[in-house]
Amino acid sequence: MDRRKSEAPAGLSKERAEYLRRKKARRRWVLCCQWGLLLLLVALWEVLARLGIIDSFILSQPSRIWRTWATMFVEGELWLHLWVTVYETLVGFLLGVLLGVGLAILLWWSDFVAKVSEPYLVVLNSLPKIALGPVIIIIVGAGTEAIIFMALAISLIVTVLEMLGGFRRTDRDAIRMAATFGATKSQIFRKIVLPSNIGTLFGSLKINIGLSLVGVIAGEFLVSKAGLGYLIVYGGQVFKLDLVMASVIILSAVAALMYEGVVLLQRLVMKHRATTE
Amino acid sequence: MDLLRVQDITESYQAENGEIFALDHISFSMGKGEFLSIVGPSGCGKSTLLSIIAGLLPPSSGSILLDGQEVHGVDPRIGYMLQKDNLLEWRSIWKNVLFGLEVRRQVNEETTRRARRLLQSYGLWEFREKYPSQLSGGMRQRAALIRTLATSPEILLLDEAFSALDYQTRLTVTDDVYRILKKERITTIMVTHDIPESISMGDRVLILTRRPAQVRELLEIDFGPERTPLTCRGDPRFSRYFDHIWKELKSDG
Ligand SMILES: Nc1ncnc2c1ncn2[C@@H]1O[C@H](COP(=O)(O)OP(=O)(O)OP(=O)(O)O)[C@@H](O)[C@H]1O
Ligand SMILES: [Mg+2]
Repeated sequence: MDRRKSEAPAGLSKERAEYLRRKKARRRWVLCCQWGLLLLLVALWEVLARLGIIDSFILSQPSRIWRTWATMFVEGELWLHLWVTVYETLVGFLLGVLLGVGLAILLWWSDFVAKVSEPYLVVLNSLPKIALGPVIIIIVGAGTEAIIFMALAISLIVTVLEMLGGFRRTDRDAIRMAATFGATKSQIFRKIVLPSNIGTLFGSLKINIGLSLVGVIAGEFLVSKAGLGYLIVYGGQVFKLDLVMASVIILSAVAALMYEGVVLLQRLVMKHRATTE
Repeated sequence: MDLLRVQDITESYQAENGEIFALDHISFSMGKGEFLSIVGPSGCGKSTLLSIIAGLLPPSSGSILLDGQEVHGVDPRIGYMLQKDNLLEWRSIWKNVLFGLEVRRQVNEETTRRARRLLQSYGLWEFREKYPSQLSGGMRQRAALIRTLATSPEILLLDEAFSALDYQTRLTVTDDVYRILKKERITTIMVTHDIPESISMGDRVLILTRRPAQVRELLEIDFGPERTPLTCRGDPRFSRYFDHIWKELKSDG
């Protein structure tokens, strides 16, 4: 993308400048509306709750959520639970990616192993992994490990299938070209298959980070010791709906930030590649 | 002695729904620096033959001899250029050109100097930092050729390497390539669907029959020593060769 820009003449034509200006103005307007809508909704929520039109005991209300955050923050609870959830998600995510890509490489490498494991992958892929929760807890104990396992169970098979599909869709002619130079299987993988699948990899990372978070929250629901998932379950059980809402909102922010983190990483890698290759 | 001997090559493909006989006892040999064109009905087994010579595909029977010795598998003395340029989009032209050397772990001062010289003499040096998507079809094809030539092959196999180019570009690129190959004394086998191209470049034209391919005729092309692909197209002998090959191919149905 950067390459194309450099081709444009240094002095912009009038139409081009106008086009760029309009594009920018439009982007700004969209952003304004997005924030405006959010503010409007929050204000509406608050007003309706104060007027008693909606029941703030059940649906909570922005000012109470705010107060909940403040207390949690002061008591240090906020950081603790936030950290636990982020930590578990990241560990589950990294394990899922490493194991998933590793298994995908194995299956790409050996057609025989791929054929043998095909029915297992199909069944595991369609199984709702949350059903494994109790089994996982019995096997590894009701702790952080169980939660990380849960995250792994949810994201692993998807990663394997996604990456394997990408590896297999690699341009056959490009592989053939490498073979004409006598490339070994490992060279073909490193020099053709892997670089062709950087896009697939990041696509899978983006799905994975979300899935890991789903696994972690489900795990925390079951294990109930710490983390945002625990706060949500606990809040629900003792009817502290402010706590539930406060946690859910933090959770969405965490999810969005992690996703953006992957997007940022992708951008860095792409830039690095454009300058080094 | 002959540089390359193709000896009694037979090939059949095995598939679930049956067996396909592609090549039927093909034999010929080539001296150093010679240019051989191969023509034949489509699907007769031309690409199969090149793949076998390149060592990508083991023959069902027969053998390939290089300097009198049988070769098995891919041999560094043989370069094979496919129809598609297959430049890797994520590599700059320079990195693409070094690809073959990299795979063979032969990137060193001497080989990079050769690659640089090749890029310079074929007008691609200024484009070395560009990416394949920024080059025209003719330039891409030349870059792909340089990628193969950079590995210093003694024998070059071209499988319809120019058929993706438009007619004009094709004439100039083939003319360029012909000069390069003759200058470097590279022995070349070129498969083509284009009869004029086969005559204009070949010292001999190998005409194959329908599948399973047999050698129908090995036609000597003689335009004298001063020929180039462009000039010989105007020679009166050109159309005689053309008619001859055309008839041979047509009589085969
Ligand atoms: N991998 C394969 N498995 C089975 N059959 C194959 C395979 N590759 C080629 N064939 C068959 O062998 C025959 C010869 O194929 P080949 O590609 O060598 O012909 P060709 O002369 O190069 O054709 P074209 O003129 O279309 O390039 C064809 O009938 C083709 O269907
Ligand atoms: Mg072919």
